[in-house]
Amino acid sequence: MSLLDVRDLSISFRTAAGPLHVVDRVSFSVERSSTLAIVGESGCGKSVTAQSLLGLLPPKKTMVSGSIRLDDRELTNLSFERWREVRGRKIAMVFQDPMTSLNPLLTVGAQLREVLALHQKLSSNALGDEAASWLSKVGLPDPVARLAAYPFELSGGMRQRVLIALALAGRPELLVADEPTTALDVTIQAQILDLLGSLQRELGMGMVFITHDLGVVERISDRIAVLYAGRVVESGPTEQVLSNPSHPYTRALLDSVPGFRPRNGRLASIGGNVPSPSAWPPGCRFHPRCPSAIEPCSRTSPESVVLGDRARACHNPMEPRA
Amino acid sequence: MTRHLDAFRRILSRNRAASAAFAALAALYLMALAAPWLAPYDPDDESRSHSWAPPSTIRFDGIRPYVHPVSFTFDDDARRVYVEDTTLRAPIGLFVRGHLFGLVDGSANASGARLYLLGADSRGRDLLTRLLHGARISLTIGVVGVSISTFVALLVGGIAGFAGGRVDWLLMRVCEIVMLVPAFYLLMLLRAALPLDWDSRVVYLSIVLILSFIGWAGLARVVRGLVLSIRERDHVVASRALGVPAWKILTRHVLPHTWGFLAIQATLSIPGYIVAESGLSLLGLGIQDPQTSWGNLLQEAMSISEIQLHPWSLLPGAFLFVAVLSWNLVGDALRDAFDPRGDE
Repeated sequence: MSLLDVRDLSISFRTAAGPLHVVDRVSFSVERSSTLAIVGESGCGKSVTAQSLLGLLPPKKTMVSGSIRLDDRELTNLSFERWREVRGRKIAMVFQDPMTSLNPLLTVGAQLREVLALHQKLSSNALGDEAASWLSKVGLPDPVARLAAYPFELSGGMRQRVLIALALAGRPELLVADEPTTALDVTIQAQILDLLGSLQRELGMGMVFITHDLGVVERISDRIAVLYAGRVVESGPTEQVLSNPSHPYTRALLDSVPGFRPRNGRLASIGGNVPSPSAWPPGCRFHPRCPSAIEPCSRTSPESVVLGDRARACHNPMEPRA
Repeated sequence: MTRHLDAFRRILSRNRAASAAFAALAALYLMALAAPWLAPYDPDDESRSHSWAPPSTIRFDGIRPYVHPVSFTFDDDARRVYVEDTTLRAPIGLFVRGHLFGLVDGSANASGARLYLLGADSRGRDLLTRLLHGARISLTIGVVGVSISTFVALLVGGIAGFAGGRVDWLLMRVCEIVMLVPAFYLLMLLRAALPLDWDSRVVYLSIVLILSFIGWAGLARVVRGLVLSIRERDHVVASRALGVPAWKILTRHVLPHTWGFLAIQATLSIPGYIVAESGLSLLGLGIQDPQTSWGNLLQEAMSISEIQLHPWSLLPGAFLFVAVLSWNLVGDALRDAFDPRGDE
């Protein structure tokens, strides 16, 4: 049984102009101690999906249907108080922007202790020790001194380490990382990825890693789900999908990454933009931008076809590359 | 916070008006604190034979200061005319009867003498003494009142902004109803609803509460607006994602971010409270004689003829003016200190 099992998750926003269907029947699962990467361009519904895993979407403005099961416990119908038991303890989240995700008025130590105190009853001294040990776990040098530091005294990479410590302090079974390296520069990115990987092995937790950066995906994930316009267009083991994409969108994404696949000539780009949720195209949502679109693509939406470990939703899948 | 304090200090050091105001406030509050010791008399120590006595003329015998006792006669227009009895001397000494200074006892033939540095009121009470004691009420009422209304505003605005929905709607309508009523009428109405013959401490407390009751609503609306924007910040969402309880998110991660604004707002609204208390007391609805505040001291300067006959009765107004102006200047300096665009 999977740790996290998401089935037919649909999310729509209530707006004055009627509902906006942002995420459409998305399914994926995450095993213990493994990582699923959710990949896609901006506006594909990645972050909304991530937030729904923690019940962070404003209940009055959003409608969530389908099922999110963690350890066979249904999460979509949890009450406000029940959600609090899940957040931090079962599922925790690392956010994109370390510059704004820490409270600027409290020291790192105060914020860590607050979260630690939520999860375990400890004396004040023990809390301090525990906080320091988490800081050293996430690789901050001189952890005891860092406890007294305010966020503005730390660099972006250090802050992201603190945020990771905060997320892991409740020893969650699942970590949702929403583009945790996007705001960092490349060398720091690699450090943070390695850190997440080693902490994951140490704690044996599952991870949902949300990113638009395929280079990162290859490095950290076991499985990948490619999201386009609110739908999963392709999923499967990372290595197979990246080396042999079967959906034209996955291929196009790969072709637009510099240096991912050594080749000559100009870097490819995908023409146009992700359509807006208020104007999803009929049929396959990628067809207006798809180089290999055929006649049924504009009429009927392709069903997901499962082939062994992999699944794809395409009328005209790519031939395996030699 | 220390960053802002540094900026505040920097601004004080460059802005002479603000630093003078800061010094003036410090002096005023110290005076209020030390009033029973600084003042030569007790505030209700009266002498009917010295009604409206003018400020005493201080003379020197070598370096020892003394005053002559005074007594009055009526002139043709039935006005009091005070004359000094130059045959008698009452020396002024330091540390007399537990006060910083005063007339020394023992010079038997001058025992009726009184020392009035700033003149006397209608009942022969020393104006300086009453000013100093009045400062204790006039100067604290603003600070206490603002603290209470800021606290209420934080609570109401914080809950409204954070909870949203129906709670928000209801609390904001309550604020609007309070704001709708013209402040001074509401003040008078509330005061009139309470008995006049209460103990002076209760009266003080009730006036503070009345003033706060008028002040909190506008502030609560602003706090709500701030909370609405702060609660969408990443670190607040992050703390939700970590399972921090709502109450803790509000008190630890949202409200502290409004403090900079509130500190400025509170400082700038203290003068309003001081003036409101004086207004109430001037109309006889606030602090009652024999208790003293700057407002009720001014009751004796309410007609031109009174002012003409004993102009010193206007002095409490000058103190009010200095206190209010100083608070405003300090508030402005504080606002500049918090302005992120900084040093201009």
